[in-house]
Amino acid sequence: MTWEPLWLSFQIATLATLLTLVVGIGLALLLQWRRLPARDFVDAVISAPLVLPPTVLGYYLLVALGSEGAIGRAWESLFGRTIVFNFEGAVIAAAVGSIPLVVRSIRLGLESIDPTLLNAARTLGAGPVRILFTIVLPLAAPGIVAGAMMGFARALGDYGATQMVIGSRIKGMPTASIYVMEQLHGGNDDRVFWMAVATTLLGVTMLFFANRMTRRLHYHRG
Amino acid sequence: MADPYRTPPAPGASPTLVAELRLARGEFVLDVELACPAGITCVMGPSGSGKSTILSLLAGLALPDRGRVQLGDEVWLEHKTGQASINVATHERRLAYVFQGLALFPHMSALGNVEYGMGHIQRVDRQPKALALLERLGVAHLAHRRPRTFSGGEAQRVALARAIARSPQLVLLDEPFSALDRDLRAQLTALVRELVAELAIPMVHVTHSVAEARQLADQVVRVERGHVVSRGTATEVLTGITSLEE
Repeated sequence: MTWEPLWLSFQIATLATLLTLVVGIGLALLLQWRRLPARDFVDAVISAPLVLPPTVLGYYLLVALGSEGAIGRAWESLFGRTIVFNFEGAVIAAAVGSIPLVVRSIRLGLESIDPTLLNAARTLGAGPVRILFTIVLPLAAPGIVAGAMMGFARALGDYGATQMVIGSRIKGMPTASIYVMEQLHGGNDDRVFWMAVATTLLGVTMLFFANRMTRRLHYHRG
Repeated sequence: MADPYRTPPAPGASPTLVAELRLARGEFVLDVELACPAGITCVMGPSGSGKSTILSLLAGLALPDRGRVQLGDEVWLEHKTGQASINVATHERRLAYVFQGLALFPHMSALGNVEYGMGHIQRVDRQPKALALLERLGVAHLAHRRPRTFSGGEAQRVALARAIARSPQLVLLDEPFSALDRDLRAQLTALVRELVAELAIPMVHVTHSVAEARQLADQVVRVERGHVVSRGTATEVLTGITSLEE
């Protein structure tokens, strides 16, 4: 029994979470902007990974990130390696799958902010960037943390899109969810059981601490 | 007593606020002209008469369809139909605004709230000056506490301290005392009177309360349905009036 697939999934989920946080905060702020053209359409596109079959999402990623796609070509010319069939591809696949959850949670955090506080900050001499870092992000922190943790849990268990993008292994190692499927097909029930238990424990532990941290942040924001 | 937070204005340097504002939103039309010298101008009127809208427009939180806002020699807004030719951003207008709900930042202590508006002061000097202000307003004991632990009167005092900390050239008050009992309201209006006399700047104070206006106002402007219906001293405008609600 090896635990390396779980460690690999943990690394992928951690990096995917960081990526979705940066992109998710940007997208959530964009969607909060009332004058955004075609806001409902943009919202629907961002939320699409929630409703698309994972294989379809994986197919789109394969097309966009593969050697024939603009992003894939640019990446290859910059770093001399492909995104697909590599660790980076797994991170992007996991991030794209979890982005709707992260954006929704951050938006809830942003919507909970009393707009008068933003006006008060403006009258106290704060420009947009200062308001973002001193008022908006601290007050939306519970939503951001909750979103990050849900995104992490989602990324940890990604199967379909990841398999479409990396195949079955990264440098000979499957992710935890692919490992479970492989061992199931191989009839190794014990390995399947223990990997399932470990993955569940890791996910539930993360969500438990996320709940505690969210409550504490709610308290600290007043 | 030496003022710990502000260089006193030079004699004769007190700016006057001059504003012409026109805004149409559906059936509501606001069309007012104001001239507010140093001292307290109480803008009074029934609910929905446009009082708070006037403050938002003066602060630059909303844009009128047409208008001009000038404080002393500084033009903050020159806006004719269509494009604004001058529109100084709210954060660049040297004003203080005390909102009806006070809008204290819930994730910051009283000290943090007061220091927030002190961007014009060197970082090292902010805390002592903020503490001096809280002391002056009788709430120094709240310095390290969050707003959720404040009583109504304490929150008002912290909000006033935060407003004054900005060393504003114009103070806007949007019915900040409306939720207080009569004694506390009297205490705070006296404090406001004292602060404005020291700062020698215009203060535009929106209120429903005839008693408060009588106690505070150097000038009263009565607004109804978006238009100024009378202006003058409190005695001239409010004689025989006990309530402005229709």
